Amino acid sequence: MAVDRLESLLRDAFPNAPELRVEDRTGGGDHFQVTVESQRFDGLPLLEQHRLVNDALAEPLRDGTIHELRIKTRETT
Amino acid sequence: MSENELSGRIKDVIENEQVVLFMKGTPQFVMCGNSGRALEALRAAGAPVTTVDILPDPSIRQELAELSGWPTIPQVFVKGELVGGADITQELAETGELRSILEEKLGAGYSDGAEERVVDVVSGTRV
Repeated sequence: MAVDRLESLLRDAFPNAPELRVEDRTGGGDHFQVTVESQRFDGLPLLEQHRLVNDALAEPLRDGTIHELRIKTRETT
Repeated sequence: MSENELSGRIKDVIENEQVVLFMKGTPQFVMCGNSGRALEALRAAGAPVTTVDILPDPSIRQELAELSGWPTIPQVFVKGELVGGADITQELAETGELRSILEEKLGAGYSDGAEERVVDVVSGTRV
């Protein structure tokens, strides 16, 4: 399942994230909503926070697994 | 057209237009929900938006990703600087930060007479 793959990539990139969710928005397995709360975001501009998520998901973004991605990031502080 | 030429045109639009939205489709025919959300957020902030449709040629998307280091569409630039994709633009619009960024970079009267324009980076024409 794509959701599991994305979630495991994000877990690797954001260990100990207090919140980490991947939702299949349409049920079609290619439109995702990703929500991550992580210390890695603390103090970073939104652009850099999203860049970290994009980096973690670089492979599924490149190979077409992800057709549409929505990102919500939160700092822990 | 060579890839260098295309890359040059994309760079030219990013550097010379005040606010650029690379999107799927045009403001008249939005072909993707995320592109639509970014456009609406920019409109709500009164931004003078220049849009570029990335759908006519797959190399537009590739060249853009290389230039910006951002993997997804849409992408919003203000005065040559990447602001983000749909989620960031929408979030900044909701908190009012988008207006502050536009004011800071374009001047306080940025929304006076703001018009939407469409640039075709394949042919180099603008509407």
